[in-house]
Amino acid sequence: MSLGTAPRRSARRSGGAGPRRDHGVWFLVLPALIPILVLSVGPLLYGVSLAFTDAQSGRTEPTRWVGLLNFGDLLRDTLFWESFRIGLVWAVGVTVPQFFLALGLALLLNEKLRLRWLARALAIVPWAMPEVVVGIMWRLVYHPDAGVLNDTLRTFGLGDGRDWLSGLATALPAVIVVGVWAGLPQTTVPLLAGLQNVPRELHEAAAMDGAGAWRRFRTVTWPALRPVALAITALNFIWNFNSFALVFVLTDGGPGGRTRLPMLFAYEEAFRYGQFGYAAAMGLAMVTVIAVLLAVYLAGRLRTEEDA
Amino acid sequence: MTARRGRTAAGRRRRAAATRSGQYLALLGYLIFLLVPFLWLVSTAFKPPRELGSIDPGWIPHDPTLANFRAAFAEQPLLRSAANSLLAAAGAAVLSVVVATPMAYVLARFRTRAARAATGWVVVSQAFPLVLVIIPLFLLLKAVGLVDSLGGLTLVYLVWSLPFALWMLTGYVRAVPVELEEAAAVDGAGRVRTLVSVTAPLLVPGIVATGLFAFITAWNEFFFALVLLKSPEKQTMPVVLTHFLGAEGVADLGPLAAAALLATVPGLVLFAVIQRRITGGMLAGAVKH
Repeated sequence: MSLGTAPRRSARRSGGAGPRRDHGVWFLVLPALIPILVLSVGPLLYGVSLAFTDAQSGRTEPTRWVGLLNFGDLLRDTLFWESFRIGLVWAVGVTVPQFFLALGLALLLNEKLRLRWLARALAIVPWAMPEVVVGIMWRLVYHPDAGVLNDTLRTFGLGDGRDWLSGLATALPAVIVVGVWAGLPQTTVPLLAGLQNVPRELHEAAAMDGAGAWRRFRTVTWPALRPVALAITALNFIWNFNSFALVFVLTDGGPGGRTRLPMLFAYEEAFRYGQFGYAAAMGLAMVTVIAVLLAVYLAGRLRTEEDA
Repeated sequence: MTARRGRTAAGRRRRAAATRSGQYLALLGYLIFLLVPFLWLVSTAFKPPRELGSIDPGWIPHDPTLANFRAAFAEQPLLRSAANSLLAAAGAAVLSVVVATPMAYVLARFRTRAARAATGWVVVSQAFPLVLVIIPLFLLLKAVGLVDSLGGLTLVYLVWSLPFALWMLTGYVRAVPVELEEAAAVDGAGRVRTLVSVTAPLLVPGIVATGLFAFITAWNEFFFALVLLKSPEKQTMPVVLTHFLGAEGVADLGPLAAAALLATVPGLVLFAVIQRRITGGMLAGAVKH
């Protein structure tokens, strides 16, 4: 992120005496810093430490350190790893189409089309909706009888349709479509912002040189857009892998665990069965694997950037 | 030569026209994908039970009715849950801009290690699965008696909305020229005076947009509310909406759609208000590397 940069001269010139300046800065920072420390840093460290204990909900005996016991159990927990696999399929299945669809939409919204303002406003409607409502809405779309999807299929004579969210084969693809839909605006807006930073003159110069649309995109647009694209796909992957509410409402992990994302699994472990320590270990395993995957992804991307 | 150039120009125009039509077609495709589910929700909310049960549900209800809305209010405590949501979301939004604005000012104007560390943390914390945060938060809030309380939830929402608030506000502060503040300093105004009487007024539109965004985020939030609020009379709207789904997933579709539609209205209205600013703020944040 680009937050830390500041004009140095202003820091030097304004304020005057050193100690007084620092005092003032602390006064400005503390109101935000304290809640972050108490309700974000503290809990996270506490949560990590819980993964090495046998903490349970509502138990009277004191919680004990159990070392790596939770992780040993976790390694043998085939249900969790199945859920983990589903989580990865979901995260990739949502993030990749989301990026390409958003890129297409951003490119369109960046063109001088008629009613562009209206299209821009309508395109971000999903962003304003609660995830629970998005889930409910798509349940209505997928509904076997009253749903618009089966109704359309019947109208075009494409069979009677099916119960999309209860079918073993269709449930995961069906929720992935909803995931793509829900995150499209969040992905489109930064890409559109990035597109608007691409210098017009470069485009015009390339066009003068006879470069076609695809070449112009490859040589002018994409290099300028790449940092935004990299950041937004990485963030989307994290958010999608940790997603909860959408699938909780759509299928609650069913049918037969086919859509049980790791967060749903960990939620049940913690708040249905009260296994706080074990659930924390799951969370830690999730964040570790994500960190490794992202490091590989970002390193690979940066290397291609150097080669290019 | 001129004739040839004329032909190619005409050809280029034809190709440009074809490209344009293709673009409009693609845009139409996007809008259909994005809007059809929402329009179906609206349509379902106004359909009488008879049409909802039919095998061939149409787009436009034949006998549009408000019965679903009445039923929704009768089935679940929608009004009280809306009031709860409003309280938590408004509290979080106000607190969030109050504490984030001074910090965003520091982030934009100084290189303070503490401020940068806090920002770094805010970014890193995004990557952690909520389950790692919610268990300790639950235990912590329980220890101080803030579990099952809207106050506790408001505090959680405050911290949760800080990353985006800081990001947006830092962009808005950068947009205020440093020279204005320096001029005020030359005139003998102190740091706080300058901040309050010169910078803050220029930030008001940005602060309002950021606050409204924080409000929408908190209004829409589900996971923390699900875990932290147990008493039915304290639950927020998204949690109450899931009660319409029924234990076995057999839902009364009409009231479900009506309630879901109502829960969407504040977000949509506010988003329409701040839409330009959100895009602009992101842009500002992205430009100033």
